[in-house]
Amino acid sequence: MKKVSLTIDGKEINVEEQTTLLQAARAAGIQIPTLCHDDRLAPHGSCRLCSVEITSGKKARIVASCVYPAANGLVVETKSPRVVKIRKVILELLQASSPKGRVEELGRIYGTSTDKFEKELTFCILCGLCVRYCSEVKKADALGFIGRGIEKQVVFFPEIALKSCPACEGQCFSLCPTGILPNKFARSVPSFGRSQPTVFPVRLWDEENFLNLTRNIE
Amino acid sequence: MSQGLAMPKEEATLFIKVKEICAKHQGKSSALIQIMLEIQEEFNWLPREILLWLSEKLNMPLNRVYDIATFYKVFSLIPRGRNLVKVCTGTACHVRKAPVMLRRVTQLLGINPGETSSDLRFTLETVGCLGCCALGPVVVINDEYYSNPTTSELEKLFKECQ
Ligand code: SF4
Ligand code: FES
Ligand code: FES
Repeated sequence: MKKVSLTIDGKEINVEEQTTLLQAARAAGIQIPTLCHDDRLAPHGSCRLCSVEITSGKKARIVASCVYPAANGLVVETKSPRVVKIRKVILELLQASSPKGRVEELGRIYGTSTDKFEKELTFCILCGLCVRYCSEVKKADALGFIGRGIEKQVVFFPEIALKSCPACEGQCFSLCPTGILPNKFARSVPSFGRSQPTVFPVRLWDEENFLNLTRNIE
Repeated sequence: MSQGLAMPKEEATLFIKVKEICAKHQGKSSALIQIMLEIQEEFNWLPREILLWLSEKLNMPLNRVYDIATFYKVFSLIPRGRNLVKVCTGTACHVRKAPVMLRRVTQLLGINPGETSSDLRFTLETVGCLGCCALGPVVVINDEYYSNPTTSELEKLFKECQ
């Protein structure tokens, strides 16, 4: 494998080609916050929290470090004022829909104001960790996305969930950065747009457990 | 999964059609969208049993099939009415009072956008621009375009729909 050398936060770093900026930074002991990244899974690039500023030549721009490959001569800033500001806004936006769990933790670190944007609780931030874990690691495909845009949501497919979930005991639950999975939408028929009664209502392998979770959050 | 496939009797013959469509595309997973389009032609919607069957037949995870089936607006996962009524809510129609038109149609049909009447007679949908903004606000009834129809005109047109 070819080696490339780049600079991250002033540190000169040598990594193999194809390494992502996030991996390179972590190998050098530089921490970058993430929400949708998991080392076991293929990068997704959906939360943008891992944004960093890169400069090659004269141009500086913002990229998602978890999907951006390292390249020769790249100058990367992981904590520049621009980056910090962007992360803060991302977190504030996320907090408007999902005020708990890891989102809340990171929000505290970045000193977000929790009431900047009007609250619209959906809980799920569509990071896809649960869906991808179920597909890529467990090879079960019991969860999936349906819909698109503002209607996009995560659902369980009852036929598969009934078979696979009891043995796995819902390992996806602990991955969810919102501190709650399945989210509220995954159960109720969505009230907007096209409803999907053929997918809903989703019966969970442990409905009791789920009800407790949702009760805690409401 | 196929053992859980309990197709209602009258649909069993239609299921043969599904197999035909699938065979026509040599059961290729890359043809999923085309296959689903043709199935929807047949049934007017995509029954869940058929999506389950397809997922197995095409060797494609069910979540992938659903991802695609719910992404495109042409696909419907719920039964659709025999008559499809579309109200354009695109920008040009919007400024030409599409919201008023939509309320009018909603009231006449007694269903909201995205819904189907319980007798499966009508399905009401809103659509983005139809490309004939000069006619706005546009209502489409079974592929016939109507420019700014009045309430009584609509009443008459709906009555003709069986
Ligand atoms: S339910 Fe949780 S883990 Fe799954 S996509 Fe939503 S936020 Fe991510
Ligand atoms: S961790 Fe990179 S986009 Fe989410
Ligand atoms: S906006 Fe309705 S036809 Fe263009």
